[in-house]
Amino acid sequence: MIGETLQSSQEAELAALIMKTLNLETAADAIDPQAPLYGEGLGLDSIDILEIALAVSQTYGVKLRADDENNTAIFQSLRRLNQEIQSRRAV
Amino acid sequence: MTALLAHADPALVFARRGGREISVGAFLADVAGLAAVLPQGRFVANLCQDRYRFAVGFAAALCRGQVTLLPPSEAAGVLAAVLGGYQDVYALTDLAVDVPVPVFAYPGHLLPVACENPAFPPDQVAAVLFTSGSTGTPAAHPRSWGLLVSAAASAGQEMAVAKGASLVGTVPHQHSYGLESLVMLAWRHGLVLQAERPFYASDITSLLADLPRPRVLVTTPVHLRLLLAEAGGLPPADLVISATAPLELALAEAAEAAFAAPLHEIYGCSEAGQLASRRPSRRDEWRCLDGISLRQDGSATLVSADGVETALGDIIELSDSRHFRLLGRNTDMVNIAGKRSSLASLNAQLQAVADVVDGVFTWNAAGTRLEAFVVAPGLTAENIRAALRGRIDPAFMPRRVRLVQSLPRNPLGKLTCAALTALQAAV
Repeated sequence: MIGETLQSSQEAELAALIMKTLNLETAADAIDPQAPLYGEGLGLDSIDILEIALAVSQTYGVKLRADDENNTAIFQSLRRLNQEIQSRRAV
Repeated sequence: MTALLAHADPALVFARRGGREISVGAFLADVAGLAAVLPQGRFVANLCQDRYRFAVGFAAALCRGQVTLLPPSEAAGVLAAVLGGYQDVYALTDLAVDVPVPVFAYPGHLLPVACENPAFPPDQVAAVLFTSGSTGTPAAHPRSWGLLVSAAASAGQEMAVAKGASLVGTVPHQHSYGLESLVMLAWRHGLVLQAERPFYASDITSLLADLPRPRVLVTTPVHLRLLLAEAGGLPPADLVISATAPLELALAEAAEAAFAAPLHEIYGCSEAGQLASRRPSRRDEWRCLDGISLRQDGSATLVSADGVETALGDIIELSDSRHFRLLGRNTDMVNIAGKRSSLASLNAQLQAVADVVDGVFTWNAAGTRLEAFVVAPGLTAENIRAALRGRIDPAFMPRRVRLVQSLPRNPLGKLTCAALTALQAAV
């Protein structure tokens, strides 16, 4: 069962992609799916976000877009990013 | 005296924002309208994120004789360190920012005031840019209106910028490169400034594709690499400008092919601004911009701009006083995604963290990001990261924090490159 702080299998797959892309030392399953990826939390910066956007585009065929003034809104958590990818993938 | 704008007619387009065009006359009216309501002050930290508002704010400050301060980062600690040294300063903002000086919010509605193209004397200090000194205290580098104008004139001529071209940039306008290659280039070559700064690769390509040609893209090697890796091709451009880090020749050639446009590189430093340019697919040698010359004194290279000499950190081979090859970058300088710092200043910040006994930043094995070795009994890597977050820009955050018993300092207390490399290999 997927709890509030447990990763679903899709989220785990995405977490592994992020760790591989950025060569981070944190264990992929240690990412709290509800914690921010940008700034606090994992402490990613804007170039990291662009690197992940490229990996997402190449892996899932989904091109991330800024939909408002806050470019990094969809990076507010692993869960939010996964939802964005899955919903765009379905269309 | 040099006029603010090179645009010949107030009816011409000055900027585009959200698909709407803003005329030269409307821009000048906004500048006069904002200048009329800006508070008193000698200095204004222009933190506007919207590029059009930033340009209005910068021009209004020039009209009022106020000096624009450009902090290198919006991290609260960096803003406090930069602005703490100033009296009689306020911040102009268009988004909420945690800043330790009085804030003047960019008005939601400006009363336009009819205004001619203003002109300013060449010796008026227009802006102050900052580098982090070796102790971590920011060092201020004033830039005169005259130098900004002559460098923009010369760079634009060298790159054959076409009047009326659409200008899009992926870099922040609060840095030397963005200020010069976006705002100043637009002002002094009659270009059309794009208010938005596109972020994701697909935002950059779709924005560019929608703009009338000729199109100019101001970007960095990092963005070029990511753009070229995206599937689906790139829209044609008419000029691509890259700066902040050396561009590999293969990447430069691939970018020229993908955009079907010439790619020009600009070389500069925060101390003196843009200094030289080249088109890497045509020649390896850099040519100095007008008003810039170099000389060498022993192993040091000194650049002269605006009557002030500054030592360049990089290793340079001079052909003559205006032509040179770049042989290597200074090992102490850190330049990630257009943000500059020095290892010495980052080390000072790390060592100032409570309960850190000793610590050092070093490049990771790939040479792309930093990592840190820290002696801090009782602290975890996460504690150290959390303490660093408010102190340094996110771009410089260590990818890995390695806790060690001690650092291999020599009897003089120095850490040699060899000792650090051995330490990196050992863990």
